[in-house]
Amino acid sequence: MKQLSTKVTSNAHGQDSSYFLGWEEYEKNPYDEIKNPNGIIQMGLAENQLCFDLIETWLAKNPDAAGLKKDGQSIFKELALFQDYHGLPEFKKALAEFMEEIRGNRVTFDPRKIVLAAGSTSANETLMFCLAEPGEAFLLPTPYYPGFDRDLKWRTGAEIVPIHCSSSNGFQITESALQQAYQQAQKLDLNVKGILVTNPSNPLGTMLTRRELNLLVDFITSKNIHLISDEIYSGTVFGFEQFVSVMDVLKDKKLENTEVSKRVHVVYSLSKDLGLPGFRVGAIYSNDEMVVSAATKMSSFGLVSSQTQYLLSALLSDKKFTGTYLNENKKRLKIRQRQLVSGLEAAGVTCLKSNAGLFCWVDMRHLLDTNTFEAELELWKKIVYEVKLNISPGSSCHCTEPGWFRVCFANMSEETLDLAMKRLKEYVESTDSNRLISKSSHERIKSLRKRTVSNWVFRVSWTDRVPDER
Amino acid sequence: MKQLSTKVTSNGHGQDSSYFLGWEEYEKNPYDEIKNPNGMIQMGLAENQLCFDLIESWLAKNPDAASLKRKGQSIFKELALFQDYHGMPEFKKAMAEFMEEIRGNRVTFDPKKIVLAAGSTSANETLMFCLAEPGDAFLLPTPYYPGFDRDLKWRTGAEIVPIHCSSSNGFQITESALQQAYQQAHKLGLKVKGVLVTNPSNPLGTALTRRELNLLVDFITSKNIHLISDEIYSGTMFGFEQFISVMDVLKDKKLENTEVSKRVHVVYSLSKDLGLPGFRVGAIYSNDDMIVSAATKMSSFGLVSSQTQYLLSALLSDKKFTSQYLEENQKRLKSRQKRLVSGLESAGITCLRSNAGLFCWVDMRHLLDTNTFEAELDLWKKIVYNVKLNISPGSSCHCTEPGWFRVCFANMSEDTLDLALKRLKTFVESTDCGRMISRSSHERLKSLRKKTVSNWVFRVSWSDRVPDER
Repeated sequence: MKQLSTKVTSNAHGQDSSYFLGWEEYEKNPYDEIKNPNGIIQMGLAENQLCFDLIETWLAKNPDAAGLKKDGQSIFKELALFQDYHGLPEFKKALAEFMEEIRGNRVTFDPRKIVLAAGSTSANETLMFCLAEPGEAFLLPTPYYPGFDRDLKWRTGAEIVPIHCSSSNGFQITESALQQAYQQAQKLDLNVKGILVTNPSNPLGTMLTRRELNLLVDFITSKNIHLISDEIYSGTVFGFEQFVSVMDVLKDKKLENTEVSKRVHVVYSLSKDLGLPGFRVGAIYSNDEMVVSAATKMSSFGLVSSQTQYLLSALLSDKKFTGTYLNENKKRLKIRQRQLVSGLEAAGVTCLKSNAGLFCWVDMRHLLDTNTFEAELELWKKIVYEVKLNISPGSSCHCTEPGWFRVCFANMSEETLDLAMKRLKEYVESTDSNRLISKSSHERIKSLRKRTVSNWVFRVSWTDRVPDER
Repeated sequence: MKQLSTKVTSNGHGQDSSYFLGWEEYEKNPYDEIKNPNGMIQMGLAENQLCFDLIESWLAKNPDAASLKRKGQSIFKELALFQDYHGMPEFKKAMAEFMEEIRGNRVTFDPKKIVLAAGSTSANETLMFCLAEPGDAFLLPTPYYPGFDRDLKWRTGAEIVPIHCSSSNGFQITESALQQAYQQAHKLGLKVKGVLVTNPSNPLGTALTRRELNLLVDFITSKNIHLISDEIYSGTMFGFEQFISVMDVLKDKKLENTEVSKRVHVVYSLSKDLGLPGFRVGAIYSNDDMIVSAATKMSSFGLVSSQTQYLLSALLSDKKFTSQYLEENQKRLKSRQKRLVSGLESAGITCLRSNAGLFCWVDMRHLLDTNTFEAELDLWKKIVYNVKLNISPGSSCHCTEPGWFRVCFANMSEDTLDLALKRLKTFVESTDCGRMISRSSHERLKSLRKKTVSNWVFRVSWSDRVPDER
């Protein structure tokens, strides 16, 4: 008799993808300015390391928050016992206000409609359990975060059907792409329950336009399905335009308190905006009481530590801090993104014009030997093993066009970013020279690489290490 | 089209049970020595509030642990970024050693076989996802923790088939009960994947005997199924006997490193022994690599906050603290349990002889009007509304005999416990008098109560509040 569930024995956790393999290679040979200056520079990790000093300063001035005290008195016992799955009221209030602040206070969030979760990983899975039966599908625009294959499908049994986006219009979602995806799901005999978008987008680094948001709301209205807007990067918008949330669109279309608004759910987390992935703080926001009620009960499986809720409710309740932080965060992200973009340009590499996120969506199509995913994987291997930069290949994000890569910029120092750009430039220049070598030796090298790719793929198919990052 | 999943619309979360309703009533009218001396005393919450002073002293002497510092230096950034689902190595090491210490260092726990989870609620569900397909069954001895109906079945689709235990032998597990349960599962067309026991038992407060443990190991060996031993109360053993873990039995039967040992899994948590349910710290321990690997990936959905891992790894690494704590915890639990037992005795009430846990399994069969669950519910309502004690009726724990109740003793002060016992004594004495009133008025009251029960059950069928406690 089969001893373990198919969830264990299949590969549905999605961790055999190249996305995670680059991480493994990095772990074997990580760059260190002093100890390992020739190591691999991690550019595949969407972490925000730019504003820790602001939080550390706040912590130093407010020792009670971490010290489990209130007004100098220990509240350890109260926190140790607090396991109410409704969450710490002051924390949900502070979180709601922070989400409002990020949206320029144009929309309001009711703390009672917030359900806390252990990170947005947990929030997204819980929403799937609430909205989809096993075998039902959600439509996701490509390219999308590789972790969704695990988060949305693995234990829930739900399916993902891609909404194909292309570089021809900057990867924006079009009506025809939406319809095509919907029909594809029907062809596959899958009941479509909704659409999930990440806004701002991972891996694109762009915000959904108002046009796209209107299109999405109209589409879910006509099809009577759900819309999940994962707004985990909402506080990383650094462009001139302000962030337009799906909540803004509901308000502007006068759809608040309607049936449609009950089918629009927002997911949030403090892992990107505040750079706190280790603290496991995520949230679901829904106008549907039944969803809030069920998700609240389900949050039992991933509650936020009361110790952490207390610390962060103090931090986020400090409006002086949040105002300064959001402002400074934007500034620093903008500068760092510019540094990456110009560094890439100096190497003759362009990227999608971005205004948010912790990464750029980089166009390396001109560096491919052929317009194929095999060539993309080849290029990626060279960049990982020779240039020693861990970046994420577009195929791992289900991109339909080969040659795009996600490159992170907010998880390293300026100097390290400069070094990474220098290495890339050298590589590209040497590649340009090489393109002039004889065709026959070029063909020989190509076929050698092809064999190497196959062997390597089989050899490293069981990877144990994964970043929980996005 | 059905908008929400059946997980939302059905009552699979199990929260319509009386167990949770008593909680709701308590919340409306909670006892407070000064502010509400006639309020309801909470005796349905298995919390350990007896040793917080020991932890608070430790925290005062070791401020770095909570303040996110190491040797006076801030490690905030390191913790903020730490989201590795393998867990903090120093924390897993400290957990492994703590588990060994609780078992008298007779068995060893390899930190690499530990998978952290957000509480044992998360750990148990994850194990179900790993071991059972939807529709597969686990056998559980009755009475059992009401939360298992949600934790083991709700989102996993697994089934529970009870192993009926009776008061005739102190609710011990017998071979015939095991076989009967196994056959019952077959009759229901369910594939049995394993047995899950809580040891020491909730709600019985007794540790499994060596005979029972041997029986269980032999049974799972012959049926080629799994055994999950939830040892969440292992550190609350206060009797003269030492706690025997299933790991002891594997060792004594020389089954370590065999196929059978790969099917034995232990679940642990710091919510009961250390009284920290708010911090969400649970663990799975398994000898099966594939399970450790899959459960580790699944822990992404419920990681322990790095802030909490750091604090507790410092606490548990202090061996002077842990040994003092375990000893003192035992002492205080023992004397508090004695207080409850003698208080009950003076009210003419006995309970199952217990040697562990935070509660007693109390025999109120003689106070029932009839030997029925309706009468048990009747009695329970009286105790909740008239005596103003929230205790847990045996039917909510799936006990097959009416009249048993779980009464907690470690979540209140001595004075409150004394008051609770006084109220109970007063009630019992008045009931004895009451039993002498005329038959006809008695019948009238009975039928009135029956009507009240039905209405009330329908009226409060959607309970929103739940204790995540056990």
